[in-house]
Amino acid sequence: MHNAVVRCRRRPTRQTNLFLWLGAGLLTAFVVLAVLGEQIAPYDPTAQDLFAMLEGPTAAHLLGTDNVGRDILSRIIVGTRFTLSIALASVFLAGIGGIALGSVAGYFGGMTDRIVTGIIDLLLTVPNIVLAIAIASVAGSSATGLTIAITASFIPPLARLVRGRVIELREEDFIAAAVTVGMGHGRILLRHILPNAATVIVIELSLNAGQAVLIGSALGFLGLGVQPPAPEWGTMLGASREYLTVAPHLVIAPGIAISLLVLAFNAFGDGLRDVFDPASRN
Amino acid sequence: MIGFLARRFATIPLVVLGVVTILFIIFKSVPGDEAAFVAGATATQAEIEAVRVQLGLDRPLIDQYARHMSGLVVGDFGYSTTFRGNPLPHIVNRLPATLALALAAICLTIIAGIPAGVVAAAYRNRIPDYLISLTVVGLLAIPNFWLGMLLIAWLSVDLGLLPSFGASGPASLVIPTLALAARLIALVARMTRGVVIEELRKDYVRTARAKGLSKGLVLRRHVLRNVMIPTVTVIGLQAGYLLGGSVVIERLCAWPGIGDLLLTAVSVRDYTLVQGIVLIFVVSFLIINIAVEVLYRFVNPRLRYA
Repeated sequence: MHNAVVRCRRRPTRQTNLFLWLGAGLLTAFVVLAVLGEQIAPYDPTAQDLFAMLEGPTAAHLLGTDNVGRDILSRIIVGTRFTLSIALASVFLAGIGGIALGSVAGYFGGMTDRIVTGIIDLLLTVPNIVLAIAIASVAGSSATGLTIAITASFIPPLARLVRGRVIELREEDFIAAAVTVGMGHGRILLRHILPNAATVIVIELSLNAGQAVLIGSALGFLGLGVQPPAPEWGTMLGASREYLTVAPHLVIAPGIAISLLVLAFNAFGDGLRDVFDPASRN
Repeated sequence: MIGFLARRFATIPLVVLGVVTILFIIFKSVPGDEAAFVAGATATQAEIEAVRVQLGLDRPLIDQYARHMSGLVVGDFGYSTTFRGNPLPHIVNRLPATLALALAAICLTIIAGIPAGVVAAAYRNRIPDYLISLTVVGLLAIPNFWLGMLLIAWLSVDLGLLPSFGASGPASLVIPTLALAARLIALVARMTRGVVIEELRKDYVRTARAKGLSKGLVLRRHVLRNVMIPTVTVIGLQAGYLLGGSVVIERLCAWPGIGDLLLTAVSVRDYTLVQGIVLIFVVSFLIINIAVEVLYRFVNPRLRYA
């Protein structure tokens, strides 16, 4: 009885966060698709069926077939792995790079800060997709090249964000206390400053993941990403461009897949922000 | 104002110097023999060596860097294999198309984004708000090039209303502008909604309502003025997206701007041209940012006296 009363009173203050659950649910579904891939795909994603080319949705091929008779549904399912792993890997690497650069610049200040911020500010003047294209042209058209390109274009803004947060935290009394008891710089940064900056960083990273999917698929579309016949969604869209007039179903499915994945990351990031940083809500 | 502009324009050469240096390092680290590439696939070893000496590629990197820099000062971007010479005039030729696209996208963003945000705020938590907010969430998730493909399939293939590619008159600007502006419209609408909701809570709104002004008049005459500042902020922050997004959209719609040229340069490995175009993107980005700051002073009188 007592418990029930307490639960009733608390309920209005604890809103379930629709965005967070929607995002988390969708992401889980995508992770399952990425992990299982070939196991649940109805066909081999690269198997060609020359008697069923450019077919619209049928019972045998739920999303139809492409120009060489490959099953689009299977290609989308197996392609999840490419898109998702490129997005997650580049966000993870950009996270490491951004945190390292930003926290060193913010914590030590002085000359280190001036050099690092100088380079960051320079790179921020290059539009991120242009930087990614330039780097992809050097790094080569592959999943690795794509990951390097996206990572490099994400590090500067992230480093700047982390630097700002670290500078704020550096002035707090508990850091002065840590210095007074004789802690080393490394321990202060890792154990006292970064945990306090973690929320901002995690929110930013999950929003960046959505961006990574968009940039990655754009580069794939332009032919600078994963090369065909690999079923990466952006690459699929690029290859289906010339069939836009005769077989629009080729274009619909990969686009929806990309949009849903971006939506999942965006909703997850927005939801996290609502939960952990309610002040920023408008 | 003049002092402010002079100070801001003075930083451009510094940034350019830094960016060019970074690009030089990136592109010099590309594996492969540049001279052999410029000379072509059928060139003999002697011809390759001749090209190497002619382009100065036989000298130390520091020397090449100095030549590269002193060339830039007089507008010489180096030897582009695509144009067999200095690519700068060709890049400049294509710049107006990209700027027209970006400008059209900004105009559409203001025309569509602000009213959508105001309507959503005025009908907060009612059907129009839900519809607009849902559209915003959708537009932020859709890849711009996919939206462009759908628009081509619908507006030019199905309905035959608009040209599907190329630049033949103002009609061909419609699809690329819509595709490019969609994300910005969503961002501005979301921002406007937030600002209007916040402003509607303020005392001056209550005062205006109390002295008998209608809700619509308060929105239009008092609240809307405060919306311009965050709108300018959003557009300024998204200047990079605008320029970068134009690369993809230009390729999709065969719009003859510098983004399309960048992709051509990448596909034929003309790194001189790539560096030149990236540099032009950077300068455009800096100029847009200065323009945004000037606009700031225009829409926010408080800054003029600061």
